[in-house]
Amino acid sequence: MTLNGILQIAVYLAILILLARPLGAFMARVYNGERTFLDWLLGPVERLIYRLAGVDPAQEMNWKTYAVAMQIFNLLGLVVVYALQRLQQVLPLNPQGMAAVSPDSSFNTAVSFATNTNWQGYGGEMTMSYLTQMLALTVQNFVSAATGMAILVAFIRALIRSPQTSSGKAGGLGNFWVDLTRTTLYILLPLALILSLALVSQGVVQTFSPYQTANLLQPTVDGSGNPVTSQLLALGPAASQIAIKQLGTNGGGFFNANSAHPFENPTPFSNLLEMLSILLIPAALCYTFGKMVGDTRQGWALLAAMTILLAVFIFGTYIAEAAGNPRLAALGADQQTTSLNPGGNMEGKEVRFGVPNSALWATATTAASNGSVNAMHDSFTPLGGLIPLVMMHFGEVIFGGVGSGLYGMLIFVIVAVFVAGLMVGRTPEYLGKKIEAYEMKMASLLILIMPLTVLFLTALAVITTPGKATVYNPGPHGFSEILYAFTSQGNNNGSAFAGLSANTPFYNLTGGIAMLISRYWLAVPTLALAGSLARKKKVPASAGTLPTHTPLFIAWLIAIVLIVAALNFIPALALGPIVEHLML
Amino acid sequence: MNTPFKKQSNSRRALYLRAVKDAFIKLDPRSMVRNPVMFVVEVGSALTTFLWLQALIGTGEAPAGFIGAVAIWLWFTVLFANFSEALAEGRGKAQAEALRRTRRETSARRVKGSKVEGWKVESSSRTVNLQPSTFNLADIPLETVSSTSLRQDDLYFVETGDILPADGEVVEGIASVDESAVTGESAPVIRESGGDRSAVTGGTRLLSDWLIVRVTANPGEGFLDRMIGLIEGAKRHKTPNEIALNILLAAFTIIFLGVCITLLPFSLYSVETSGQGTPITITVLIALLVCLIPTTIGGLLSAIGIAGMDRMIQQNVIAMSGRAVEAAGDVDVLLLDKTGTITLGNRQAVELIPVDGCSPQELAEVSQLASLADETPEGRSIVVLAKEKYGLRGRSVAETDEHPGMRFIPFSAQTRMSGVDLPPTFPPIGGTPSPNGGEESGTQIRKGAPDAMFRLIEDAGSRTPADLKPAVDAIARSGGTPLVVTRNGRAVGVVHLKDIVKGGIKERFAQLRKMGIKTVMITGDNPLTAAAIAAEAGVDDFLAQATPEAKLKLIREYQSGGRLVAMTGDGTNDAPALAQADVAVAMNTGTQPAREAANMIDLDSNPTKLIQIVEIGKQLLMTRGALTTFSISNDIAKYFAIIPAAFASTYPVLGGLNVMRLATPQSAIMSAVIFNALIIIALIPLALRGVPYRPLGASQLLRDNLLIYGLGGLVAPFIGIKLVDLLLAALHLYG
Repeated sequence: MTLNGILQIAVYLAILILLARPLGAFMARVYNGERTFLDWLLGPVERLIYRLAGVDPAQEMNWKTYAVAMQIFNLLGLVVVYALQRLQQVLPLNPQGMAAVSPDSSFNTAVSFATNTNWQGYGGEMTMSYLTQMLALTVQNFVSAATGMAILVAFIRALIRSPQTSSGKAGGLGNFWVDLTRTTLYILLPLALILSLALVSQGVVQTFSPYQTANLLQPTVDGSGNPVTSQLLALGPAASQIAIKQLGTNGGGFFNANSAHPFENPTPFSNLLEMLSILLIPAALCYTFGKMVGDTRQGWALLAAMTILLAVFIFGTYIAEAAGNPRLAALGADQQTTSLNPGGNMEGKEVRFGVPNSALWATATTAASNGSVNAMHDSFTPLGGLIPLVMMHFGEVIFGGVGSGLYGMLIFVIVAVFVAGLMVGRTPEYLGKKIEAYEMKMASLLILIMPLTVLFLTALAVITTPGKATVYNPGPHGFSEILYAFTSQGNNNGSAFAGLSANTPFYNLTGGIAMLISRYWLAVPTLALAGSLARKKKVPASAGTLPTHTPLFIAWLIAIVLIVAALNFIPALALGPIVEHLML
Repeated sequence: MNTPFKKQSNSRRALYLRAVKDAFIKLDPRSMVRNPVMFVVEVGSALTTFLWLQALIGTGEAPAGFIGAVAIWLWFTVLFANFSEALAEGRGKAQAEALRRTRRETSARRVKGSKVEGWKVESSSRTVNLQPSTFNLADIPLETVSSTSLRQDDLYFVETGDILPADGEVVEGIASVDESAVTGESAPVIRESGGDRSAVTGGTRLLSDWLIVRVTANPGEGFLDRMIGLIEGAKRHKTPNEIALNILLAAFTIIFLGVCITLLPFSLYSVETSGQGTPITITVLIALLVCLIPTTIGGLLSAIGIAGMDRMIQQNVIAMSGRAVEAAGDVDVLLLDKTGTITLGNRQAVELIPVDGCSPQELAEVSQLASLADETPEGRSIVVLAKEKYGLRGRSVAETDEHPGMRFIPFSAQTRMSGVDLPPTFPPIGGTPSPNGGEESGTQIRKGAPDAMFRLIEDAGSRTPADLKPAVDAIARSGGTPLVVTRNGRAVGVVHLKDIVKGGIKERFAQLRKMGIKTVMITGDNPLTAAAIAAEAGVDDFLAQATPEAKLKLIREYQSGGRLVAMTGDGTNDAPALAQADVAVAMNTGTQPAREAANMIDLDSNPTKLIQIVEIGKQLLMTRGALTTFSISNDIAKYFAIIPAAFASTYPVLGGLNVMRLATPQSAIMSAVIFNALIIIALIPLALRGVPYRPLGASQLLRDNLLIYGLGGLVAPFIGIKLVDLLLAALHLYG
């Protein structure tokens, strides 16, 4: 570890926290339907959209209507993405003449982008036409993010509203179409516009022109000994897609190498911008939450819990990677840090980012359900690779996906409040809402779906032939790769450990199922829980009420998140990265 | 207090023996399935037993001795949990049996063909007027029947020495009743028709006089029957919070089932790719599963609930449902009657304020004379004050013997005053003799409520002295009750009667405030007086000039604000408010409607009990929370014991996780299983007693309990498992 590396991480966290408040306050205004500085421009567009779609923005939806609207919208998106991939060879904007994508891969990718996972079984520059990238994938990057945020806002409204205060009919959670539209229009589009321009300034490509051939300065030979003198440079409308891929915790790269690719993430500054945008909205949503529930301390408490966990694990990855790999040392690799040598385990890392920025990115992208990468996680040391895996095992609640991370964390808050509330001798309540049997039923369901999905699909893969067939490194590392694949898809993360050839019918299908379960089986019970909370009276706070903004509660929440993940995954991790580490 | 419940069962041994027996009876899967966590353990025990039998025949997956030992300890785990529940129930059962003995069938004298209408008993032949004084016992047509054939609205007759055959309401007569069978209180209580003391309970005994009682409960539905049912827990339903906790525990159980089931394929894959070792055995998987699922809280959960009800009973409070006990912990507003709860029942004279230039001595003597025949505690306190503070010689009603002309005027609701008329022979009062040397003929001394007395002064044609009104107002403002004293229509002074706030009550309310509970004083006093007492007692709010409607309205207001309200009551007019309150405690001395509307009955009829009830409710929830936290934190250590052991043959390097340095893989697994079973036994006393409750704010409570049960739960099994392992090693088992 170097002081420079530590400072880079500290500066990153400081900027992130500083940005949370202004953006969070702005989003609160957007969701409360208050005036914003963008109204003059976007107000007419918004109203036009409602008129064209025949939406009554004032109509309140109960949780069922909200859930049905969300599901129908997502299903339509899924069908469109599938169709565009299957038909891309006959559609325009296909300068490279890409062929139709296979049915199983198209299904996996359609699910992947509709569920905000962005798991990529394909390589972008070798598979997708520009039209598919833009109309199918980029559009889903916007609306899948907006879907997550809409569900979160519905959940927050459930905590604010009560039969005592709401004048309208009880149990209303807002209007999905309005939340979707306002999120996209007021939050995601402006932010994405700013970020894409900034990225273009750093050299990220944005063009419709076909791929270019460049002559190599240093000609080389290929595997069969033939000389290679030129390279085909993949291009495309990348910046516009990369901006929202980072901001919307999507993570699906325009190019196969994702943000390790020089046209996707060319400079250390673009790297900082992209890393910040991974966590920007999830962090700011904590403040939005506090603002909307009328007690910003509640939002800061959640942000504190997330940030503490994130910081600890970033440094965990950094320490593991900076320490280097004894196996590499044995082969004569110099892993000492000197003024000329970055030091540590540099296998699979870009030299322009080095160890600290790779460790930071890997931890942040798995904490949030982003899944974009700027280094190969498969090449990390066992402990360095364990941490991204564990970050996902938390259930993507440490920042997590935009919207989904915070509502996931709120489920943990409910469990934490329940047990802690008992310990202070009262029927537990959160923000004045009593946590009773129905809430516990939904919260329990939400907590057990993810580990069961991940564990059972991993178990299926390790005992079936198609599952084991494409593992290149059998043994603990191969086990880690399979576990990582299902953990990533079962948490809508989308990053890959690589080393596992996952573009097979078996992995495309099982992965698709994991992504669907992870997104919708969690979203619907979350909305049901919201529906129940919205109908509850608000209990006024007293000295006997458990405060949920204190350092003590933050520590308790962290403990619950840690313990649940540990209990679920210690045995599996012991047979993967832990045993691999002990074998070093 | 001498209650039958406080006495420990004379045979503790019998209690334990019975619990052991019940623990085996409860192994019946039909009853086990009610508790998902322990049901999983039972299925696991059965499975390992089967594997053990298989190993005995010679085709086992592991040595038969090892599988057998795991099986035995798994069965112990189930039995220990059952034992805790049986023990908690056993205490209630013993109490119920004591009660049942008092409820044996008796004969009853039923009023024939009886139907109450007004005060008349109609029988087939004639109508007997029950109007007191016109009424002749012999006129009542009676028939002797079994107590079980009495039905609601029947009338029965009891006299000295009889056991009351059924619950009812006294319609005629006044008698002293020994209710110790129900309340444990040996002092007899008075029961009479009308008013708030008309309810009688079947199974109690009449000590004197006679009563005619209208039956209010059919056989088997009486108070005692309900009590027995409640104590026995025969109709025990899971409470809302218990259900919610059970869901969470079931979720953990399902997750751990998934973890353990998938561990087998993971293990198979590991063996296949590493090319060494054997896959994890089913026995070890079951052992791991049982260790991981929250057996500690799962096993003790129902014992905690039963013990909570039991603690209420030990406080002589009968909760009509577990739900009510739980709600008690959530209460955030307490409505407390002023009299008896906040203040001592009686007001006392603390000061005499002379007016109109009257001397203190004269006032003292006049006041003393006015109160001689006044047997109320207030009247007594005036006599005592006059004697102690003004050194007057003690007088008594016996003075009438010396002065036959003395005539006492009793208090009446119409006049709202009392006093005495003195004969001329009476010696002069206060050294200011009237013109004729002795007391004037017909000297009239009166004391009473100010407004009544002002009228008297006016009627007598006297002038109202200028300093009278301010003195009266000052007393009222300070929360006292002023009594104006007159001598022949002339005001001589004011007696200051004061409500005496109970000692320590202010501190109690401060504690309640810390716990987040608001106290509201209910009183019939005027707002001025009420405010003064409220301030002195330190309550948060008060309701003055309270009517039943005002009480009901107040409760509804709090409830619509999302608060839970607790109150006590005894009168029939309290019934609507009791029915509305979330936690309603009726005094056992109260009327039948009050007792029916309440969800708890305090056999001691002590209104202060409400505070203890709240504490017991909180303790119940806290015990559940603490043991849940403890149970879950335990799991970390168990992973460190079992994971390295389970994969010792495939990945020996995992021994690096064996931080406890447990001797062998088998002893590690056994130690974890044995610790897991023993911890249930070790925590039974805590489950039954409840975690100690201290009136602290929520933050402090959480911090303390997290340190003890969270951190303690994390650390304790590391030590416990190591100790068991050392013991096993010392015994050369699994060496």
